[in-house]
Amino acid sequence: MNQIEPIIEFKDFTFKYRAQVEPTLYDINLSVYPGEKVLIVGPSGSGKSTLAHCINGLVPFSFPGETTGELFIKGQKPEKMGIFGLSKIVGTVLQDTDGQFVGLTVAEDIAFALENDCLKQEDMKKRVSDVANVVEVNELLHHAPSELSGGQKQRVSMAGVMVDDVDILLFDEPLANLDPATGKKAIALIDQISRDNDVTVLIIEHRLEDALYRDVDRIIVVGEGRIVADMSPDELLCSGILKEQGIREPLYLSALEHAGCTVLPQSKPQHIESMDLSPYEAKVTEWFKQIERPKKEPVTEEVIGITDLCFSYVPGQPILKNINFSIHRGEMVSIVGKNGAGKTTLSNLICGFLTPDQGEIRLNGADISGLSIKERGEKIGLVMQNPNQMISKPMIFDEIALGLTVRGVPKDEIKERVNATLKICGLYPFRNWPVSALSFGQKKRVTIASILVMNPDILILDEPTAGQDYRHYMEIMEFLKELNEKKGITILMITHDMHLMLEYTDRAIVVADGEIIMDSTPAKVLTDETVAKRAYLKKTSLYDLAVKCNIKEPTEFVDSFIYYERELRENV
Amino acid sequence: MNKKFGIKEVVAMGIGTALFVVLTNVQIPLGFIPNTALQTRAAVLAFFTAVFGPIVGAVIGFAGHALGDAVFYGSVWWSWVVPEAVFAIIVGIFSKKYAIKEGEFGTKQIIIFNVVQVIANAVAWIIVAPVLDILIYAEPRNKVFVQGVSAFVANIIVVGVLGTILAVAYSKVGAKSSSLQKED
Amino acid sequence: MSRILTYEEKNTWIHGLSGVTKFLFFLVWSIVSMLTYDTRVLAVMLLLSFVIFKVSKTSWKQVGTVFKFILLFLVLNLLAVFLFSPNQGTAIYGTRTVLVPLVGRYSITKEQLFYEFNIMLKYFTVIPAVLMFIVTTNPSEFAASLNKVGVSYKISYAIAIALRYVPDVQSDFTKIKHAQEARGIEMSKKASLMERIKNMSAILFPLIFSSMDRIDVVSNAMELRGFGKNKRRTWYAGKKLTGKDYAVMIATVLFAVAALVITFYDGNRFYNPFQ
Repeated sequence: MNQIEPIIEFKDFTFKYRAQVEPTLYDINLSVYPGEKVLIVGPSGSGKSTLAHCINGLVPFSFPGETTGELFIKGQKPEKMGIFGLSKIVGTVLQDTDGQFVGLTVAEDIAFALENDCLKQEDMKKRVSDVANVVEVNELLHHAPSELSGGQKQRVSMAGVMVDDVDILLFDEPLANLDPATGKKAIALIDQISRDNDVTVLIIEHRLEDALYRDVDRIIVVGEGRIVADMSPDELLCSGILKEQGIREPLYLSALEHAGCTVLPQSKPQHIESMDLSPYEAKVTEWFKQIERPKKEPVTEEVIGITDLCFSYVPGQPILKNINFSIHRGEMVSIVGKNGAGKTTLSNLICGFLTPDQGEIRLNGADISGLSIKERGEKIGLVMQNPNQMISKPMIFDEIALGLTVRGVPKDEIKERVNATLKICGLYPFRNWPVSALSFGQKKRVTIASILVMNPDILILDEPTAGQDYRHYMEIMEFLKELNEKKGITILMITHDMHLMLEYTDRAIVVADGEIIMDSTPAKVLTDETVAKRAYLKKTSLYDLAVKCNIKEPTEFVDSFIYYERELRENV
Repeated sequence: MNKKFGIKEVVAMGIGTALFVVLTNVQIPLGFIPNTALQTRAAVLAFFTAVFGPIVGAVIGFAGHALGDAVFYGSVWWSWVVPEAVFAIIVGIFSKKYAIKEGEFGTKQIIIFNVVQVIANAVAWIIVAPVLDILIYAEPRNKVFVQGVSAFVANIIVVGVLGTILAVAYSKVGAKSSSLQKED
Repeated sequence: MSRILTYEEKNTWIHGLSGVTKFLFFLVWSIVSMLTYDTRVLAVMLLLSFVIFKVSKTSWKQVGTVFKFILLFLVLNLLAVFLFSPNQGTAIYGTRTVLVPLVGRYSITKEQLFYEFNIMLKYFTVIPAVLMFIVTTNPSEFAASLNKVGVSYKISYAIAIALRYVPDVQSDFTKIKHAQEARGIEMSKKASLMERIKNMSAILFPLIFSSMDRIDVVSNAMELRGFGKNKRRTWYAGKKLTGKDYAVMIATVLFAVAALVITFYDGNRFYNPFQ
């Protein structure tokens, strides 16, 4: 290995953005060798994206700043090659697949880099069809992006950079916008490409457990601008570094830890499937036995009731078929299922943006078909996935006051209610700030506050934590939990985050192909293989752990784990 | 590399045109004179032009108006497409003066922006559009001038209110956060 | 969204033409119909338009909604012309033949009817060219065509981006509008004009600012894939010009010359049957 030249080499590398006072990266020393597959993890703001930008040339060509130390890509200095020279060596697949998809069709998007190189049309057609075969989008060449799923768009992005025969493939949070099953497939495809095509693969991701679905050679942990660890997955998973850095470790390892086990690298903890659990089995079983879960009193007061709901855009092609369920006061429920299954349509029907073909929607027992969008909005609060698509005033106070202002509430009352809401949401110290000065998580709070101020009976949140790292995820979810427990607000969440559903909701409604295929506890949903498959979910690794430890009731094991963790969080 | 006309400007033209086309249908009718309504897209054009300059603005105005008319109304009225670009060029020439990206869009800049937009709208809708209408369609003078004047009035309202609101808001987005203090 | 015109793949002679040819035809055709007021030329153009319509197998379903809108607009416009200037026809053609006397200066004259008939013809001749161009030209090919007729490739690609992101922007718009309506923003006629404009800003603000974010992402993505590195670029979706294309282009130019000669032969763009 030592004879081979590294393909990426950082030597005492420090970088500071022009607009900032402190460097974002300090003393980076890092070598990556040809053919390696490396995972880079770190919380938001740790500098891992900047590290990636240094490799693909966005730093310093698009984001200027000062560097000290040296960086070599394939033995050359980036500043000599320029961003275009680098793009022949490093192919970047961005997190935002819609932003990266610039062509009008799949074929054109794959050909984009070739067009810029002035390749002849005949040559382009051949190259495009070759690469499309590798990522299995050859059937879709003439499709427009709007006709593709998130997973397919990501494959097109991969093809679009592989078409240049790059040496390094750089993936920026490839899992952020995918449902769990599709994410698993993406990781498998990346793995296959790295084996078959002799490329170096760098994956930046904070969803460690999902990213480790296939082997990686090394994991690099970035924290506060420095490289904190650079070791094999097995070593890292046993080191405790992940926790220090605020990165979520795989759930089965958390369970082992709660059971009092000290996991050693020789047990090969990288995958639960192949991990040697014999040293830990007894302790796990023991731990499971001693957890006693209190029974919850079921609530029966209905907030939202849905009976025989059907909807279709085109007659004969139903999007939703005979939907029936009730949401009870004080519940925290998740609606899960693959993208396009009808989850968003369902919330659009409840909010009145769409009109059902048949069926009834009740709010507090009364049919709401006669209520306008605005009238429903006072009782049913909808929080969009992207806070930037919801915030319409530059100042926080005005934003939260908006719903009251347009309803003609007197000024004094507005002030009182907004201030009270600001306090509940922990935003009071920021009340006179512009929204733009807030972090993503804080903006999310602002959007939630702007709905809460109207005292709704129920909050519907669309993907409340998508794309957030563990710390922000916890911050948002703990806040929602507090609202739910202390203020008694009923919360309905549309999500494909399995952790969220498992850890924070007591009930999951699974939608697949326009129907509800299961309505049960998250633990039951995530341990049922057929349901998980139909709804593009992923079985939880806790289930595998339980089965491998010969526990007869794996579903109860999952429930116990969740209960234990919740208790733990509450007693912090 | 030509810094003045980089990739960002190309993309701004594209996305700006897409916004302009989508907003073609989002308007508040003003009266009974055909083809005159409060065009929300005018505010978007003014905003993009003020931020990205005259070339980006002219392309958004020209391509956006032609495409929008074509896909929504199945016809292209060149006599109203060209003034849109003329408006953008005039507003865009002074884009440096508004300093929106620098976060300094204050009272003085608001006044400059609005003086310029009123002049630009006047040139575009009271001069260029009616003259083209007469040249191309030989329409009656009084009719096209009344049409032009009402378009002028509608657009100065939209740009003056909506355009200014957008520019002020966007300018605030760039405000430095270091000057902010938490309050109890 | 109301029905808008979109490309539909069909296998016809016109679909087989290069986008360059169709674009040139569209431009020349529009220019001729703008310049001429000669009834004979306009009538021939209208006739040809119907032929093109048939050949391109464009169905009523594709263009019906838009066509009805144009008709409504046309009627309003013709009425407006009459209200503003009932004697424009007389001014142009130099005679005055009253058919139905109305109040004051308002009388229906033969000349006015003929003049307005010509306006109608002018409108009708442009419409099929636009409709045909949009429903038979693959948007993918459009940018390549623009570049081929001499528009800089950067601006051509900007148009491609516009076409690419119209559906995304449309769905963002709908989502944002719904969310704001739920918060109580209303676009109804009840509110005053100023209120309505301000409410509109509650939708435009998030729409534009999320678009500004998108501009950053898309331009980074394009730069990383080498956009703008050379003085020119090639196009995957461009269609080669064939003999058919050259034939149509030559025919188009010949037609344009002939039409303009006929129109301006008497030194006036109007055809005057009254003298």
